[in-house]
Amino acid sequence: MTAKDSAAALGQRFGRDVLRTFESCGDTIVLVSRDRAHEILAWLRDDPAQTFDYLTDVTAVDYRDPELPLEVVYQLRSLTRKIDLRVKIPLDKQGDLTVDSVVDLWRGADWLEREVYDMFGVTFRGHPDLRRILMWETYAEGYPLRKDFPLRGQFSRAEQTRQALAANPEAHYSMEDLSIAEAFGDLPPDMRERLARGERGELR
Amino acid sequence: MGLIKRGDDPANQDLAEVEVAGVSPNFVTTKLSALSNWGRAGSLWPMPFGTACCAIEFMATAAGRYDISRFGMERMAFSPRQSDVLICAGRLPFKLAPVIRRIWDQMTQPKWAISMGACASSGGIFDTYTMVQGIDTIIPVDVYVPGCPPRPEGLLYGIMLLQKKIKGENVFDGSLRTEIQAGPDGLLLPAERIDEISEPFGNSVHQTRSA
Repeated sequence: MTAKDSAAALGQRFGRDVLRTFESCGDTIVLVSRDRAHEILAWLRDDPAQTFDYLTDVTAVDYRDPELPLEVVYQLRSLTRKIDLRVKIPLDKQGDLTVDSVVDLWRGADWLEREVYDMFGVTFRGHPDLRRILMWETYAEGYPLRKDFPLRGQFSRAEQTRQALAANPEAHYSMEDLSIAEAFGDLPPDMRERLARGERGELR
Repeated sequence: MGLIKRGDDPANQDLAEVEVAGVSPNFVTTKLSALSNWGRAGSLWPMPFGTACCAIEFMATAAGRYDISRFGMERMAFSPRQSDVLICAGRLPFKLAPVIRRIWDQMTQPKWAISMGACASSGGIFDTYTMVQGIDTIIPVDVYVPGCPPRPEGLLYGIMLLQKKIKGENVFDGSLRTEIQAGPDGLLLPAERIDEISEPFGNSVHQTRSA
C-alpha cells in the first residue's frame, strides 16, 4: 500500500475533515481540518493498515500572500512500510493559531512543537512544557519566522542589546534540559526513588 | 649574581671576555614599564571564545603549523580567571551576549580583547534579529582582525599588533586598567552610539527593514 492509498483511506474515513489530497514532487500531501487533526493523526499512527509510527518533523509555513493560510506541517513515516505522508493543518492567519499537541502520540514532538511555537507563535493545546526553545524565554519581539516580522527585528539595536544583556543565561536550563531525565534509568534504585519525589513532586 | 668570582672559575671565562669596560654584565637598567610590558606581551594567555568557523581557523593557528606558542601563547586558558586576552572567534548571537559579558567581567586585569573575523567585529553578513552587530557593543575591544574567516597569518598579525600595543602601555596609567562600568541600562556605550555603529552597511543597505 502506498502513501496515496493511505490518503484515500483517510478521505473515506474522515470525509470532509480531509480538506484536500494532492501530490507534489512525488510526495503525498493531505490537508486536514484543525478540529479533527489530532484524531486523524492518532488514527494514522494506530490503525494496523497505516502504522505511521515515526514523526519525522513538525514545522510550519507562512506564505508571503496574506490570503493564504499558515500551515502546520507534520511529516510522518511508517518504519515498517517504508512510506512517507505529509499532513498539513491550514490555519487562518487572522484567527486563532491553536492546534492540539501530538506529544501524547509521539514523544519526539515535544521540542519540535516548541520550535514551531517559538518561530511562528502557534499554540499547541495540551503540550506539557510549551515555552520558547531557540530564542530566550523573555524574548519580546514576536515570532521571527512570520512573514510580517522584519529581518532586523522589531526593536532598535540598542534596545535589543539591552534586553539581551538583562537576560540571565543560566535561567534557561531546567533539570530536563541537562538530560537528568535521560540518565534517570541508569541510576541506582535508592537515588531514583529520591529523585522521583524531587522538585516536581511526581514521577515523570 | 654578585657572588660570581670572575676569572677564578674556568666556566666564567667567556663571560669575562665579553665584559665591556665599565659596565657590569650582572645587571641591566630599564624602565619598569618596559620590563613589565615585555613580560605581559610575551606571555599572553588566551581565552578562546569560539562560536563559528573563525574558531576553526583559531585552532589551526594554535596547532603545529602556525604555532601560536611562538608568541608566548601556548597556554590556552579555558578559565576566564586565568587568562589575559579574550579572543572572540565567530559571530555572537544576542543569546550569548550576557555570557561573553560575564566572561569578560570574570577576567582579571590586565586583560585585552581580540575580535576575530567580520562577524565578531561588525555582525558581518548576519544583519538579522539574532546577531550582535559587533562585540564592541558588549565589551571593549583592543584589536579587530578582518576576514571571513581570517587566515591564521591574519590572527597572528593581530596578536603581534596587540603585543605592540601592550609594549606601548604605561604601567602607572591606572586608567588603562579601570573596568568600564555599565550604565544604569546595562550598556557600556550610550544607546545612540550602539544604534549608530549597528547601522547597515555594504550590501545590507539595499535591504529594506521589512525584507
